[in-house]
Amino acid sequence: MGEEPIIVIENVYRRFGHLEAVAGVSAQIRRGEVAVVIGPSGAGKSTLLRCINNLEPIDSGRIIIDGVSITEAPNINKVRAEIGMVFQLFNLFPHLTALENITLAQRVVRKRSQKEAIEIGMQQLERVGIPEKADAYPAQLSGGQQQRVAIARALAMNPKIMLFDEPTSALDPEMIREVLDVMLTLAREGMTMVVVSHEMGFTRAAADRVILMDEGLIIEDTTPEELFTAPKHERTKLFLSQILHHTS
Amino acid sequence: MPLPWDRFPWWVLILAIIALLIILATLFSNGIEGSVDIVQTYAEVFVFVLGGLWLTLQVTLISYTIALVIGLIFGLMRVSKNPILYAVSTLYVEVMRGIPLLVTILYMGFVVTPGLREATGGAIDLRGLPSAIIGIAVCYGAYLAEVYRGGIQSIERGQMEAARSLGMSYMQAMRHVILPQAIRRILPPLGNDFIAMLKDSSLIAVLALPDLLQMGRLYASRTFRAFEPYNTVAVLYLVMTLILSTLVRIIERKTAIG
Repeated sequence: MGEEPIIVIENVYRRFGHLEAVAGVSAQIRRGEVAVVIGPSGAGKSTLLRCINNLEPIDSGRIIIDGVSITEAPNINKVRAEIGMVFQLFNLFPHLTALENITLAQRVVRKRSQKEAIEIGMQQLERVGIPEKADAYPAQLSGGQQQRVAIARALAMNPKIMLFDEPTSALDPEMIREVLDVMLTLAREGMTMVVVSHEMGFTRAAADRVILMDEGLIIEDTTPEELFTAPKHERTKLFLSQILHHTS
Repeated sequence: MPLPWDRFPWWVLILAIIALLIILATLFSNGIEGSVDIVQTYAEVFVFVLGGLWLTLQVTLISYTIALVIGLIFGLMRVSKNPILYAVSTLYVEVMRGIPLLVTILYMGFVVTPGLREATGGAIDLRGLPSAIIGIAVCYGAYLAEVYRGGIQSIERGQMEAARSLGMSYMQAMRHVILPQAIRRILPPLGNDFIAMLKDSSLIAVLALPDLLQMGRLYASRTFRAFEPYNTVAVLYLVMTLILSTLVRIIERKTAIG
């Protein structure tokens, strides 16, 4: 793990009208670290994640990615190309095949040749375990396969950071495993990951840190062992009892 | 593939029966010789208006092509977050949709064209077809801008977000992700506007341009017969629009599946 944090979040606010979805959050994430963000719905987890690649513009504060402030970056697209994002509802491009989904941004943003983009695209499809689905359209794929294509699409850009926004919560139970396996491998390979998810199995196996959010604030930022064995706050205990009760 | 009963185009059958009844009635009331006369008259009318038919098709195709481009540009401006682009495009759309096409065409023909000619010392001369084509294209550009806007806004927000998260610029995301999907969805309404434009192109007859309607009117005023030329004109428009609307329906069915 490097010394310099790759993501620096400083006193970030994001408001929707009167609602403060993110209300003064500060956090740092080091290179190669896997941080899982948990918390009740409406806590601001997804909003914070979307702030990191400026899909959600911040109202105040600073976010610095690998030394570049996203609000002052001369070209936000360059910053975004270094940050892969995986969405809850996959957001694959339905008019393109799995492979075309993966090659599009490589060609348009990275300016790779068609041949090179396809080569890298196939490598990524193999990495997520479905090279045989290269020519299938998203509608012909199961949810788990679609999410794996979406992960491959993000990885093909060679990002320095991967953001996951509840990547398994729209999946049928039998498909969660295959997506988590891909994420677990990625974590072991040393990818910097910020994951909004309540998959406690994944958290135990892969997370270096767990960040618990509530009402737009970080209320606990600790290791998984600490969190499960010795939570500091009452709200953490309550929340954990709720989700652990459900998942086990 | 056999069509199910409820999908059978009954209206075509009804139309054919009505046409047959009219022909039979004409035969019975005029006898064979009289009917031959009538057929000859219609043939004469048809040959006379044929040139107008081509002009109508030409004007429609050219105007529509221009309107597609205008519509795309202003449609994109209508979904833009830039307040100036949005205001300009909204102004254009609201103004053009609020003025009857007939008024626009007359305005182009008798106000804008002579005005431009005078102002530029004859360098820009839109007399005749150009003024009519521009009038129709500018009016339909506003309609099509709204069709494009609707299509673009019908695409889920996540598509733009996914494209932007990969580092694409707004315009790259539009071009490669949003528009290909939006255009597929708006093909049927685009087709319907093409049909509407084909019919509305008859309004250029007020500028005395020899389109299908104008040729019919010319024939009527020369021969003092209104019945045959206007029948012919009406049937020709109808045949064209029926063929086109069948095409639109086929496209509709295909895009509904895909």
